Amino acid sequence: MGLERIRNECAFTLAGARLAARGTGALWWADLGLMAVSDLHLGKSERIARRGGTMLPPYETRDTLARLDAEIAHLNPRIVICLGDSFDDPAAGAALEPETVLWLARLMAGRRWVWIEGNHDPGPVGLGGTHLAELHEAPLTFRHIAKPGASGEVSGHYHPKAVLRARGRPVSRPCFLHDGDRAILPAFGTYTGGLRSDMPALADLMRPEARAILTGQVPMEIPMPRRPGRRPR
Amino acid sequence: MTPLPGPFAGWFDARGWQAHPHQCAMLDRADAPALLLIAPTGGGKTLAGFLPTLVELADGLHTGLHTLYVSPLKALAADIRRNLTAPAREMGLPVRIEDRTGDTPSSAKRRQRADPPHILLTTPESLALLLSYEDAPRIFAGLERVIVDEIHALAESKRGDQLMLGLARLQSLRPGLRRVGLSATVEDPAAIARILARHPDPCEILHADPGPDPDIAMLETAEMPPWSGGGGAHAIPAVLEQVKAHRTTLIFHNTRAQAEIFFHKLWMANDEGLPIGIHHGSLAREQRQKVEAAMVRGDLRAIVCTGTLDLGIDWGDVDLIIQVGAPKNVKRLVQRIGRANHRYNAPSKARLVPANRFEVVECVAALQAAKERDLDGDPRGAGPRDVLCQQILITACAGPFDAGALYAEVKSAGPYAALSRADFDACLDFVATGGYALRAYDRWQRLKQGADGLWRLRDPRSARQIRMNIGTIQDTDLVKVRMRGRGKPLGEIEEGFAATLTPGDTFLIGGRIVRYEGLREMVVEVTRSAARKPRIAAFMGTKFATSTQLSHRILRMFRQGSWPELPDHTADWLALQREVSRLPEMGRLLVETFPHEGREHACIYGFAGRNAMQTLGLLLTQRMEALGLHPLGFVSTDYAVLIWGLERLDDPAALFAPGDLRDAFETWLGGNAVMKRTFKASAVIAGLIDRQIGGQRKTGRQATFSSDILYDTLRRYDPAHLLLGITREEALKGLVDFGRIEEMLARTAGRIDHAPLDRVSPLAAPLFLEAGRVPIDGAGAERLVAEEAARLMRAAGLAETSDHA
Repeated sequence: MGLERIRNECAFTLAGARLAARGTGALWWADLGLMAVSDLHLGKSERIARRGGTMLPPYETRDTLARLDAEIAHLNPRIVICLGDSFDDPAAGAALEPETVLWLARLMAGRRWVWIEGNHDPGPVGLGGTHLAELHEAPLTFRHIAKPGASGEVSGHYHPKAVLRARGRPVSRPCFLHDGDRAILPAFGTYTGGLRSDMPALADLMRPEARAILTGQVPMEIPMPRRPGRRPR
Repeated sequence: MTPLPGPFAGWFDARGWQAHPHQCAMLDRADAPALLLIAPTGGGKTLAGFLPTLVELADGLHTGLHTLYVSPLKALAADIRRNLTAPAREMGLPVRIEDRTGDTPSSAKRRQRADPPHILLTTPESLALLLSYEDAPRIFAGLERVIVDEIHALAESKRGDQLMLGLARLQSLRPGLRRVGLSATVEDPAAIARILARHPDPCEILHADPGPDPDIAMLETAEMPPWSGGGGAHAIPAVLEQVKAHRTTLIFHNTRAQAEIFFHKLWMANDEGLPIGIHHGSLAREQRQKVEAAMVRGDLRAIVCTGTLDLGIDWGDVDLIIQVGAPKNVKRLVQRIGRANHRYNAPSKARLVPANRFEVVECVAALQAAKERDLDGDPRGAGPRDVLCQQILITACAGPFDAGALYAEVKSAGPYAALSRADFDACLDFVATGGYALRAYDRWQRLKQGADGLWRLRDPRSARQIRMNIGTIQDTDLVKVRMRGRGKPLGEIEEGFAATLTPGDTFLIGGRIVRYEGLREMVVEVTRSAARKPRIAAFMGTKFATSTQLSHRILRMFRQGSWPELPDHTADWLALQREVSRLPEMGRLLVETFPHEGREHACIYGFAGRNAMQTLGLLLTQRMEALGLHPLGFVSTDYAVLIWGLERLDDPAALFAPGDLRDAFETWLGGNAVMKRTFKASAVIAGLIDRQIGGQRKTGRQATFSSDILYDTLRRYDPAHLLLGITREEALKGLVDFGRIEEMLARTAGRIDHAPLDRVSPLAAPLFLEAGRVPIDGAGAERLVAEEAARLMRAAGLAETSDHA
């Protein structure tokens, strides 16, 4: 994979595990053949319409799965972990089109698949795979929402994004955050907003030496952007 | 001619006034189903509009609403209420007059719905909201007349399209409704009349005496205008002299940033401490109201302002207009000049200050056009479909409707007279189902057709959300600016500008220099700064493009053998250009190429206005990149685009094959940020995404995702979707303005004059000093981000890649 590997992912370690943050937003643990993605929010447009909101282009599930499909085809993982909020709500999970269910089944075939519970989709859904509140895969723990004080923890939930200024122009990208204790994954779903890394929820959670890895064609690592003048706790 | 009825004649007599002929003419034709009055400012236009109403209400027998008055400005509605209430009281008329705008307290609004006044003064948005209520038929039960003020301004925007759809709705409720339009001087009154009247009703046009010719000229300045830029700083001493010599001067600027900078410099030179204020749309309402009040009291000698003072409100004693920067548009210049001297039959006085050498030419051309009363204006196309989508939603809020009846009603609105049933049905389908190729929302449609064939909201609770999104005014994402600590609001700046600030940066707002401290809950916090020079005042405001007609006039001027009407410095400059290269011509496209400081340059004199020239720059550099010419950047003005790069452009004609350029346009539409902004505006109006109301934006997690993602998704999975069609249509005008490029291509028809030179030409030289250079990214964007990432890691003392990998 040589050169290609250098371009498409950015390596870091967490509790001794050698991990790679992929430009796509997926986390890759090559030694275990484990791939993790977070916050797919499948069925989001359906949920918004159901609740009497607007009718967004109903293509986000297709787009999210197409990117997931490409990532799985590329990495051929033994284990796939969906880190919670995989469905926008339980009803959205139940309302998936038959073709979407088939597509998911095809992706799941021949590998271990774990659905971690999220705050949007707490209950099990009628699909294959294992449903867990959290998964321990020593030395790491996978859960949806980070627990203060935890270590070796991989989570999602916050949809972190980082803003930097390239020659004066603000550029905002979904990002991974990691600080030696924990890693937080960006949202993988197509219709997902982001929370800036300098907002208190993230700024207070992450250690001072935290770094952000920006997703994109070439993932790039920077010190986690914080609000100027604000001292990390 | 109908004589004025008793109390009215008495009221005029008591003041020694006489009704203007056009005021009487309006009374004569009070029964006309539609009537358009064209009158200059100060001509008693508003009273002319209301006289028939007051006469009809004089007997006190009418119950309920009689006349609806709609103006583009909230402030104007309030102003008219004051100006109308006084004479009504003095004449002893039993008339209740109230205004209703976004600023009206909700208790008063509820009362107005239950018990409407005789005369209600409002805005297009407030009217649309009223029409969305189920009790709309009751509110408008007695309505006889509707008066649309400043219709010339409304007719140029989607607000006017929405208003005319609203009038069509009112006419369905009140078939006998009579319409009156009040307009400033315009180039094509018949076009406004067609928009105003119920299609296909005729609409008579009354012209008031336009009054004496205005006294307009260039302002003599000691210093020559600079080669480029738009500040007008060289004219400060001359402007101050003029302010001293007049009672009250309005100093107009084309952008808010320029107004701020000019105001700041004016104060630095204002040794006598003349009371001078500033007024523009980015200032907090409190600040603006303070300036307006001071103006009404006659406390101010001058106001530095922008288009916010173009309309309506009577400022009393203004006796001089100064326009800084080329007027860009003759019609707007004439209307601005009309702001001076609100006394009828006194000539208005105005002075123009060209901000740079090229604007000297444009100002002279505009002066000639104004004297010849040769006004400009681009005909507005068919009514936009995003506004129609919103109208369908508004109609659904008010109650079940029949699609055929609504189609007939919509077609009776002038802007939508040519709407096809297929287009209407596509809009209805979009509103009802989302209109996607993938039929995903059968269960959750927004509108459902009942067994009775009528369309209605699936979920009546969604009416609330629809009402919150009513309106077509496109607000850029603005953030509030406050003084830290005391929380005093100063105004608003664009979010994009706020994002470029770092703590310690200084900028101008409301005429003072402030220091950026930080962003807190979407409010920019600033402190006072003692700096004498701000870093920048780069919030944008509106940038107008020079009109097609004015551009053509300049090209015609270039044909002259000499230019006695121009100042010597400018005439010499043009003569030199003719000697070393050539002057641009109307029916040909001049392309100069020359080397300069190690780069190859190409200057294209398209004269298509700044938005189209910017688009042309993006398209041409894209094509040049494909041809391996390695363009590095470009800069554009209203007249030309200057491109620099590594390779010489030997065959410009190859770049301008119209088919190729259109293809490039199609491709380019894809990822372009301007297109995404265009899409967002239409998506909000059509009801696909919610309007973001300033300050209410979520700052918590999972904030609303950007409309860019929706745009990309639609382009990928549903390229034939209605909203993408609307977006492409919008791209022909506005910020993209491809329609003007089409005009340029048609005008020059492939006749390209290539002038290879060995150095910069006189006409091209000022472009080197223009701000707003656009670097060409292509693959370079990634490189910029990588550079910055590496810098940040180095600055933090970290290696470029993680060492523990």
